Amino acid sequence: MKDFFAMGGYAAFLWPAYAVTFAVVAWNIVAARRAHQEALLEARRRLSTDADGDAS
Amino acid sequence: MDWTWFHRLASPPHIYRVAGTLTPWFAWPAGLLIVSALYAGLFLAPPDYQQGEGFRMIYVHAPSAWLSVMIYGVMATAAAVGLIWRMKVAHAAAASCAAIGASFTFVSLVTGMLWGKPMWGTYWVWDPRLTAQLVLLFLYLGYMALRSGIDDLGRADRASAVLAIIGVVNLPIIRYSVEWWNSIHQAPSVMKMERPSMPFDMLAPLLMMLLGFTLMFAAVMLVRVRAEVLRRERGASWVKEVVS
Amino acid sequence: MSAWAGVLWRDLRLAFRRPGQVVHPLAFFAVVALLFTLGYTPELGKLRQIAPGVLWVGALLASQLSLDGLFREDAEDGTLEQMVLSGQPVAALVLGKTAAHWVITGLPLTLMAPVVGFALGVPVAAMPGILCALALGTVSLSLIGAMGASLTLGVRRGGVLLSLLTLPLAVPVLIFGARATELAIAGEGLTGVLYLLGSLAVLALTLAPLAAAAAVRIGLE
Repeated sequence: MKDFFAMGGYAAFLWPAYAVTFAVVAWNIVAARRAHQEALLEARRRLSTDADGDAS
Repeated sequence: MDWTWFHRLASPPHIYRVAGTLTPWFAWPAGLLIVSALYAGLFLAPPDYQQGEGFRMIYVHAPSAWLSVMIYGVMATAAAVGLIWRMKVAHAAAASCAAIGASFTFVSLVTGMLWGKPMWGTYWVWDPRLTAQLVLLFLYLGYMALRSGIDDLGRADRASAVLAIIGVVNLPIIRYSVEWWNSIHQAPSVMKMERPSMPFDMLAPLLMMLLGFTLMFAAVMLVRVRAEVLRRERGASWVKEVVS
Repeated sequence: MSAWAGVLWRDLRLAFRRPGQVVHPLAFFAVVALLFTLGYTPELGKLRQIAPGVLWVGALLASQLSLDGLFREDAEDGTLEQMVLSGQPVAALVLGKTAAHWVITGLPLTLMAPVVGFALGVPVAAMPGILCALALGTVSLSLIGAMGASLTLGVRRGGVLLSLLTLPLAVPVLIFGARATELAIAGEGLTGVLYLLGSLAVLALTLAPLAAAAAVRIGLE
């Protein structure tokens, strides 16, 4: 197991590279989902204010 | 020719629904492929006879480099479709691509540098591929800057579409010229990736990773397209049904 | 008179009234070379080695200076819209304005290059090659710049953005141009590189006016 993490001396380069890559993958997924949620919220807010406007 | 089917296909509500249905069909295979490629790449693939364990960098570097170029192509194609057929959804797709593409260009630069340190002895050499990636990052940044610089959405869509098409024509010329420049000024690189053939144990995880990243991009882009379409169509009546 | 020649003459006459448009890029070019010298070394032997880079980066940046106003000024006073509405092909108008930009900045910069070159220790024998390379290269630079200027028409304070858009596209011109200059200084044949620069110019000449025309129409909406 220790050997695996040492990666034949390349650990200092290999693991940061994997970390950066998957951090960006995660960011892409989170950012896309958040953009969708925000768009949904925004649309809902607009609709509710429109409805209020109609009622008054 | 009757194009109504084409426009119905590309109508915002239709795209919104289809994108929603398709997302899991891309996301789950992508996750599965990436996880198994990680396992295969880190545990099953044998160390390289020259680079030892260091070659495992390829499993993150190559997919991001591939994505960075492919996404630019997708972005320019979507932009051209939007420009020619005046299709709003295509513009929304092009807009969704830029941030994803820029982020993976950044990843390919960082992983390239981290690979370069043990192989070349320094983080940055003016290697043609790294240099071309750097120029590509500037192209993405320019596209996003132009988009955010124009207030009117329709104008921003079309102006940035022209820029994306200019960029895609230029990209091969830039790559060629940078390679040419490098071949003149530098001694042949220490790190030669050319080899007759990769053994299957090494190649299979790479191919899985490439496919997995491509599917992952498709899933992320579909979600972003949905957000973009929703944002653009705020007032439309179909949005009411979707939201409530 | 054909549309593009008409625009060319009009812009040249306007520039003649404002000689600053011609002089400022030249002064900028000279100052850049001066700064490089002061920042590096007074030894001509060493300066000669970086002369290709200094000449081309200097010319590249200097030719960017006046780009921002290329379409903006005419767009703001409505002239551009009238030109577009006049029914002439927009690409021809763009070509005329770009040709004027080249005559006002590219050509003077090319003619100025030998002077800057001498200051950087470039031998006289290299000058004809450098002149040819810059003449061809600045054509591409003006055309790339025209695309950037037309795209940023709708952007307030688009100057910095304009550079971000055009400079990456100018990479091939810079590479081939600097290489041609290097070969000229070394006294070797540079015909091959001049062909490459020429083909870039031809490619830009065919595609850039179309792209810029599309962008101008979008910018005027």
